[in-house]
Amino acid sequence: MNESVEKILQNHPGAGRDSLIPILQEVQEHLGYLSQDAVVAIGKHLNLPTSKIFGVATFYNQFRFQAKGKYHIMVCRGTACHVKGSLKVLEAIQRKLKIVAGQTTRDGMFSIEVVACIGACGLAPVISVNGEFHANMTPDKVEKIIEACRRKDQENDAANAQP
Amino acid sequence: MINIQVNGNQIQAKEGETILSALKRAGIKVPTLCHYEGLPPTGACRMCVVEIEGFRTLVPSCSQPVAEGMKIQTHSQRAIQSRKMIVELLLANHPDDCLYCARNGNCELQNLSEELGVRQRRYAGGKKNIYHVDLSSPSIVRDPAKCILCGKCVRVCEEVQGVSSIDFVGRGSKTHVGTAFNKGLNVSSCINCGQCIMVCPTGALTEQTHIKQVKEALEDKSKVVVIQHAPSISVSLAEEFGVKPGVDVNATMVTALRMLGFKYVFDTSFTADLTIMEEASELVHRIKNGGALPMMTSCSPGWIKYVEEFYPDFIPHLSTCKSPQAMLGALIKSYWAEKMNIDPKNIFSVTVMPCTAKKFEAGRPELSQNDLPDIDAVLTTRELAQFIKMHGLDLGSLEPDSADNPFGTRSTAGKLFGASGGVMEAAIRTAHNLITGEDMKEIKLKDLRGFKGIKEATVKIGELEVNVAVVSGLGNARKVVEDIRAGRKNYHFVEVMTCPGGCIAGGGQPLNSDPEAIKARMKVLYDMDRDEHLRQSHDNPAIKKLYEEYLGEPLGHRSHELLHTSYGKRDVLI
Repeated sequence: MNESVEKILQNHPGAGRDSLIPILQEVQEHLGYLSQDAVVAIGKHLNLPTSKIFGVATFYNQFRFQAKGKYHIMVCRGTACHVKGSLKVLEAIQRKLKIVAGQTTRDGMFSIEVVACIGACGLAPVISVNGEFHANMTPDKVEKIIEACRRKDQENDAANAQP
Repeated sequence: MINIQVNGNQIQAKEGETILSALKRAGIKVPTLCHYEGLPPTGACRMCVVEIEGFRTLVPSCSQPVAEGMKIQTHSQRAIQSRKMIVELLLANHPDDCLYCARNGNCELQNLSEELGVRQRRYAGGKKNIYHVDLSSPSIVRDPAKCILCGKCVRVCEEVQGVSSIDFVGRGSKTHVGTAFNKGLNVSSCINCGQCIMVCPTGALTEQTHIKQVKEALEDKSKVVVIQHAPSISVSLAEEFGVKPGVDVNATMVTALRMLGFKYVFDTSFTADLTIMEEASELVHRIKNGGALPMMTSCSPGWIKYVEEFYPDFIPHLSTCKSPQAMLGALIKSYWAEKMNIDPKNIFSVTVMPCTAKKFEAGRPELSQNDLPDIDAVLTTRELAQFIKMHGLDLGSLEPDSADNPFGTRSTAGKLFGASGGVMEAAIRTAHNLITGEDMKEIKLKDLRGFKGIKEATVKIGELEVNVAVVSGLGNARKVVEDIRAGRKNYHFVEVMTCPGGCIAGGGQPLNSDPEAIKARMKVLYDMDRDEHLRQSHDNPAIKKLYEEYLGEPLGHRSHELLHTSYGKRDVLI
């Protein structure tokens, strides 16, 4: 079992089901996602079935069950972005990466997260890749961004390979 | 008592009860989908809405308490229209493949659609989610596309059985019922009891059917196909043919099984008697030699899996006796095969069980000999009924027949296995004889009968005072196990049945059976015990013969090999 999860649980002695969401948030903060082991450990600590915890966690967009990718793409689906066509942008990313929001590509390179509003409505539709904002997105533009990330990664690899 | 007015008529209601329960008593039917008798209301489906004078909106009758002077219209145009619209909206997100559905003809949604006169699809464009049918479990098939999210399966799993292998996953239009991490049911904590199937109003939950395998075996000329039927089948099967509950059709069922092509028909109640011989001996042995007490029964496969998952430290408390199904399965492919000079490989052994967990039990690797499973296929009561209907047989007009020897004779004690408390009662009768050498004066143990979830008694056997408990429903079993663990209770012997009320209410029994039907099934079993002469397992001449001819003595070498088993901790997502 992950030590940080153990530590978080120790900080909630005698906790009941009302502590579930704060604990899930803390665990995700540490691990980047909710692993199966972590959910089982939380379940034991709070005396809750894993199915229940999974049910609660899937209710909220903020929780994910796969580790984040090397490039974490946050797609804003807030009102302004929605009006400006963010659904098309999200669909393009999902199609390109062959995963859906909440998942991570098998090579661990990309992950997608849907957020309600990043607070940059003037740039709508907006996405952020590892915290870096990209404004006025279109399906074409996001594909290029993804390809750029791949290229950058390959160049880095090549640079690291040469002593 | 308080007075309310329903559709212009005065009726009396009890203080604090819901409108729905008052209506039910008055014989007024209001449709429900999510209502679950005995559990607190959730008001999720809104099918039961009624119009109440002075209320602005329609009110769900399942959760609204009655009040003095309430004026209720149960079938006003507004109420009917609202119900119809709910059904239409549910159908907008429901597959149109009723003709191919396992619940075709007894689906609650289909019935409501028919009753409310839904004749066209008014709302189109639903069904955005793509779901996969979960076929992973050996017992239960889940098709989330047919789910209407009434939540009854989630509640029975959590609140009645205390297992919680499924819950609502996701949010809004993406909500579905699923397991933790959306894994297959086979790797979840599901114990295969099938109570979810019993409460499901649609075809979202059904059993994993074995009819095809049985049909193929029956057509295979190289196979000798034998069948055994569990104690509670003969008292519930008739209901599938429109007969009122509480009729035993043992004799005509045997005829039907023969006409279906089964070469030999055996009675699982015979091995229920055998279980009692072994289990009572094991209990006496444990008491005399300081074995793990309380000893807990092992005939209910859902309970066994539950212990393996949730309370592995209680495994030593489980009786090592195989279940009656497994005992007969083992005997058929050893003793009987030898006796009949048939190669066990050519025997296809079928069982009829009131239970979906028995399908899982049949697949346990430890219940096999020389890599040959002891049981090849398990049919539920429902599947047998379908199989009989498929062959155009009319149970009512068949000549009576009886099961085949050497596994055809049973005592009524064996038959009592079908009801919660029956195993205990049968075991005490035989344990008394084993310990004192005499039969009990009064062999009817009233305290152990009935539908109470936890029943307790202290029985005097000779000098010994034996504390026993009878539990049905795993939520109750959990309470008892926790009590034992904490030292609050001191039992010698505990009977546990996974399903509330025992096998007569098992997950393989006829669907839509109301509590009265289950009571009637129990009554027939006890009536048999009252009226017949062979009432104790140790008096069963066929059992005596089996020990003389083959097994030797209870707990003897051969018994250990064939009739006893072991259990192990299971790692699942609990």
